[in-house]
Amino acid sequence: MPAPFETSFADALLDANRPIPCGITAHNATVPARRFAVYRNNVAVGLVKALRSRFPAVEKIVGEEFFAAMARVFVTERPPRSPLLANYGDDFPAFCAAFEPARELPYLADVARLEAARTRAYHAADASPVGAERFATLDSHAIGDIRVIMHPSTGIVRSPYPIVTIWAMNSGEQKLAHVENWRGEDALVSRPYLEVEVRALPPAGAAFLLALTAGWPLGKAAEAALADDPNFDLTGNLAGLIGSGLVRDIVHPEPKKYWQS
Amino acid sequence: MSIVSKLPARAGIGFKPAHFRDILAAPQPLGFFEVHAENYMGAGGPPHAQLGALRERYALSVHGVGLSIGSMEPLDRDHLMRLKMLCERYAPASFSEHLAWSSHNDVYLNDLLPLPYTQLTLARVAEHIDEVQTALGRQMLLENPSTYIRFSESTMAEVDFLTELSKRTGCGLLLDINNVFVSAKNHGTQPLTYLQSFPFDQVKEIHLGGHDEEVDDVGAPLLIDTHGSPIADAVWTLYSHVVARAGARPTLIEWDNDVPDWPTLLAEAATAQDILSDASRASAA
Repeated sequence: MPAPFETSFADALLDANRPIPCGITAHNATVPARRFAVYRNNVAVGLVKALRSRFPAVEKIVGEEFFAAMARVFVTERPPRSPLLANYGDDFPAFCAAFEPARELPYLADVARLEAARTRAYHAADASPVGAERFATLDSHAIGDIRVIMHPSTGIVRSPYPIVTIWAMNSGEQKLAHVENWRGEDALVSRPYLEVEVRALPPAGAAFLLALTAGWPLGKAAEAALADDPNFDLTGNLAGLIGSGLVRDIVHPEPKKYWQS
Repeated sequence: MSIVSKLPARAGIGFKPAHFRDILAAPQPLGFFEVHAENYMGAGGPPHAQLGALRERYALSVHGVGLSIGSMEPLDRDHLMRLKMLCERYAPASFSEHLAWSSHNDVYLNDLLPLPYTQLTLARVAEHIDEVQTALGRQMLLENPSTYIRFSESTMAEVDFLTELSKRTGCGLLLDINNVFVSAKNHGTQPLTYLQSFPFDQVKEIHLGGHDEEVDDVGAPLLIDTHGSPIADAVWTLYSHVVARAGARPTLIEWDNDVPDWPTLLAEAATAQDILSDASRASAA
């Protein structure tokens, strides 16, 4: 039973070119346009604010005014579908990539992807990481067959641009300076405990983690990483993984039954 | 509807993560904290860690802003289930929502939007409240809105609408005195007239917040419910009047934008607590 008052009200809220809905009145005006504008403004400003709080580095890069204009277009074209505004803007990075006035900043969309991953990590399920001793006791013959269950907060953002450096410089983590070494960086975003962490992955680290996340056994994941980059260092990557609390569990292969041998 | 809303009749404050350390550093002279339900619907992380710590120490009020109870469309069942999970996890002393709508055609508009007051909308909102109370297994409180426009199709006064909803559904009412003041000024009426007929028996919580002033279509003042400034003197006066008439009720300081430091909020809460304590002493005497 959608009521006419809701439909015309909602349509006029999102499209400022529409006249204010019929049946709306005030004690001192028959067409209270400025009063209706309060609602229009609340909706737009509130949603732009939600994007600003999720994408502060993007805002820093393009400036407040540019960001507000860009976010307004996004809000009008893709208003949220859920009252959980923490998830609003999952498709903002794709919007940034296609946003013509931001064409001179080809890395902007990937920085937005990194920031979107940060909020996902922030709200991800909690889980206690396993300690290094679990790896120490593994049978070296079977190690290639184990599967590593990653922490639920783990996110990987691959980029041909130095997004971790750019993000760090625009979020107060690092001093703003000329980027000396302009090359691709793959970001690892995670929250093993209560703080969200962002770091640049070593060569083929992203390929390795993505294979593990997909459920591949350790040996196959290492092969995939070596195919991605021959400089892949299994020991270093594994140590990094365990040390940063990203391993939630280790699953051993089912022992083979006698009829399978 | 088994669980009845039961916050302590003292001053409380709307929780902001920026104040978490200050709050935990010492016992606070407050009866409860209130949180917006939608900020605690993620799977884990700091929001739940903080809410868990608060809940161990204080009574909790869960205040929803996204259920769209005032919509003529069906309630969002997924959202209702999220509210149910939240209430089961934290067992708050109270759950409240607004007489407003915020979603339409699957679009979430992120504002508390007004509705006409008619027999038709009354029946629909009553159904929604029944549905919420049944799903949550508890009484809910419904908050009076601040509004900037009116609908020519309205046939009932807002107070009558709220009174009737409470009668039909058994829901309690959350009286936002700043909203009463803002709406009355915006519609050229008297806040005291509104309060005169308000069913105080059903008021289980009071909200106090700040507002801003703009101008309307004819250059007259238009008050905007912003929760971004101190509570206005006129709102404190109305509050004293309500407490003197209705007795002490759980009272929340709401400050959601340009959030000040913790001592500033505590000072607002202390002002409310003084008024509540005076009323308690007067009724005991």
